[in-house]
Amino acid sequence: MYFSPILNLKNSALKALFALFITFLSFQAVANQENKAEVTVTTGEDAATHSEEKFDPTVTILEHIGDSHSFHLWGHTSMPLPVILITPSGLDIFSSSNLMDEHHEPVAFTSKYTYLNEEEHIKVLGANGEIDEELSNKIYDFSITKNVFALFLSVAIILIIFLSVAKAYKKTVGKAPKGLQSWVEPIIIFIRDDIARPNIGYKYEKFMPLLLTIFFFIWINNLLGLIPIFPGGANVTGNIAITMVLAVIVLIVVNLNGNKYYWSHIFKPDVPFWLLPIMWVVEIIGIISKPFALMIRLFANITAGHIIVLSLISLIFIFKTAWMSLAAVPFVLFMNVLELLVAFLQAFIFTMLTALFIGTAVEEHHH
Amino acid sequence: MVGSIAAIGAGLAVIGAGIGIGQVGGKAMEGIARQPEAASKIQTAMIIAAALVEGVALFAVVVALLGNNPT
Repeated sequence: MYFSPILNLKNSALKALFALFITFLSFQAVANQENKAEVTVTTGEDAATHSEEKFDPTVTILEHIGDSHSFHLWGHTSMPLPVILITPSGLDIFSSSNLMDEHHEPVAFTSKYTYLNEEEHIKVLGANGEIDEELSNKIYDFSITKNVFALFLSVAIILIIFLSVAKAYKKTVGKAPKGLQSWVEPIIIFIRDDIARPNIGYKYEKFMPLLLTIFFFIWINNLLGLIPIFPGGANVTGNIAITMVLAVIVLIVVNLNGNKYYWSHIFKPDVPFWLLPIMWVVEIIGIISKPFALMIRLFANITAGHIIVLSLISLIFIFKTAWMSLAAVPFVLFMNVLELLVAFLQAFIFTMLTALFIGTAVEEHHH
Repeated sequence: MVGSIAAIGAGLAVIGAGIGIGQVGGKAMEGIARQPEAASKIQTAMIIAAALVEGVALFAVVVALLGNNPT
């Protein structure tokens, strides 16, 4: 890599930042290793083998990319998050530390009912100590889990950034942007000129808030998911429920804004009349499948990236030797930098496809 | 037999992704070689097409994950 333009800079603050960035990336692999070591100790407790805890990479990886009722900080420390349940006999709120013992094994806890945390689903135990499936289906789990906490955090970050930039714009009316504005402005102009205007046409202003929100929400959540320690490290955009909500929003916006020509292309395309029934089926599937593809694309890209990094680190534990880290850590570093690119790219693609779909919905008739 | 057939399915899907993105990248290289001034436009279009092809391959990976039935 050609580093000398950066290293020859007069601005030593920038050099320091660059050095921090590189060391941060290297520490990330080490931090992941330590996380991994402690997690194997705790998950190996109930393994069938005794003296040597067998490292199960699948369990560890799924644990790291999945949701959880407590936020694992470092080593044996984790931050228990509140459990909020809506049960047939009212609201039940308690700390999730009640649901696990000091080895993070699930333990039953009695409040309004007796609860047991079976693989991050809260189930109700009947009188005989068995899981009561019917009653478990009646409690609704509105807990603050790791993903919800990370969602709140990223929303707070987005609000802080954009509210302060908006305030700065009001103060420096007509003058050059300074500070955080200078970072945000090129990105917003990029979305307006390269994504919104070419695809939507002259009506683009109505949809700019949606496109900007989608872009920054996905980008900042992807980036937070790549940070290995608290407060990052929660796999938010790799959760299919969250990407599904984004896709449903796109579906609703596109179809509510469809004009006469959009719906006439769907229900009265230019085909012989006997083909119309098949065309209806195909077009309706088309309406659903486009946001569905958006959902799966974002979910799979982000989750796959996390799984790759976690698998490479797990290699060190499968081979049980520290020398493996000489091979694994550079690879992990490379994959992480690639994931940085993927974080931006997936946000860009989601936003661009949304703009494209909105464009097809509001397009004027020109034949 | 060790492992599951879902893993074979995921591997086959990646072949498709590799061929697709390879084609896109190759044509983009040719285009840039013919007209270097248009390099940034071609690059943008190439990235978009690559992300779409990769999305389809990841559909298959998701199906493989769902259909994984470990013995």
